[in-house]
Amino acid sequence: MHIMEGFLPLGHAVGWSLASAPFVAWGVHSLRRGLRERPERRMLLGVAAAFSFVLSALKLPSVTGSCSHPTGVGLGALLFGPLAMVPVGLVVLLFQALLLAHGGLTTLGANLFSMAVVGPFVAAGVFRAARGIGLPLAGAVFLAACLGDLATYLTTSLQLAWAFPDPAGGFAASLAKFAGIFAITQLPLAVSEGLLTVLVVNALARFNAEELQDMPLFAGRGARA
Amino acid sequence: MKRYNWLVAAAVVLLTALPLWLVAKPDGADGIFGGADGQAQQAIGEIAPDYRPWFAPLLQPASSEIASLLFALQAAIGAGVIGYWLGASVTRDRYRKAAEANNAAGRGVDAKAGGDAD
Repeated sequence: MHIMEGFLPLGHAVGWSLASAPFVAWGVHSLRRGLRERPERRMLLGVAAAFSFVLSALKLPSVTGSCSHPTGVGLGALLFGPLAMVPVGLVVLLFQALLLAHGGLTTLGANLFSMAVVGPFVAAGVFRAARGIGLPLAGAVFLAACLGDLATYLTTSLQLAWAFPDPAGGFAASLAKFAGIFAITQLPLAVSEGLLTVLVVNALARFNAEELQDMPLFAGRGARA
Repeated sequence: MKRYNWLVAAAVVLLTALPLWLVAKPDGADGIFGGADGQAQQAIGEIAPDYRPWFAPLLQPASSEIASLLFALQAAIGAGVIGYWLGASVTRDRYRKAAEANNAAGRGVDAKAGGDAD
């Protein structure tokens, strides 16, 4: 999902940066307030950030014969709410853009929007809907992380198709091309991310049951389960 | 619960390993299992051949070895934090159970009550 440095036209680069900026400010604000109120959550936030660090470093082979990586932001979005993952995603993307020449500063806004805004918000929304229709916790976590991951890669495809419409087929042909590269490759990886997120949530449910009880998305799960 | 977790982990390993067998090697000189990000870059080149990237990365890893070093470092930092949490949690859980067992034994109640909550 990393759009490479310099590979978005200037207008798009500026536009996506402007679109992401308020989420960064809002995310930092909400994360700070959350930690001030509950400093004991620092450990679990560290786990959520670490999960994203690991997963976005692992480039996995896929059925399309190419490699891509999960994003790992779904877990934190379920625990701390989607906004908390914006600063986390920013740290991950900056590390990769500055040290690894993977992604870039001019495309940071666009990459941040797909990985740290769309992904976490879709994950949180899917989780809420899945619990709402009565799915068990593990199923809801799996769907949320899996679809959040896919949504990130679809967003990248949309961003690229918008910036580079096909000269013959326009936006749609271009979208098909980029989605073919990103979204299809991502299918098995998204399943893997969903399963890994379930594993971590199982461990959390066993070892950190009290902390989970008053997490926004897990609160009151007894009532709905 | 333990068995279920192992099955989930095995599924992830299978999902990752199977493509290595399932995907046929292409005839061309192009390698297999290249990065999707790089393929998207190529696709941009096909759609808009005149597009020139207008900004270059400030720092380029000196070689693919250095790049893999940094990716490994990123994963190691993350795995270290998760390992610390897991280790601390398991130990805390063990001490808590031991304390409960002690209390229960003191009152003459079956120490095994409760057991492993999954």
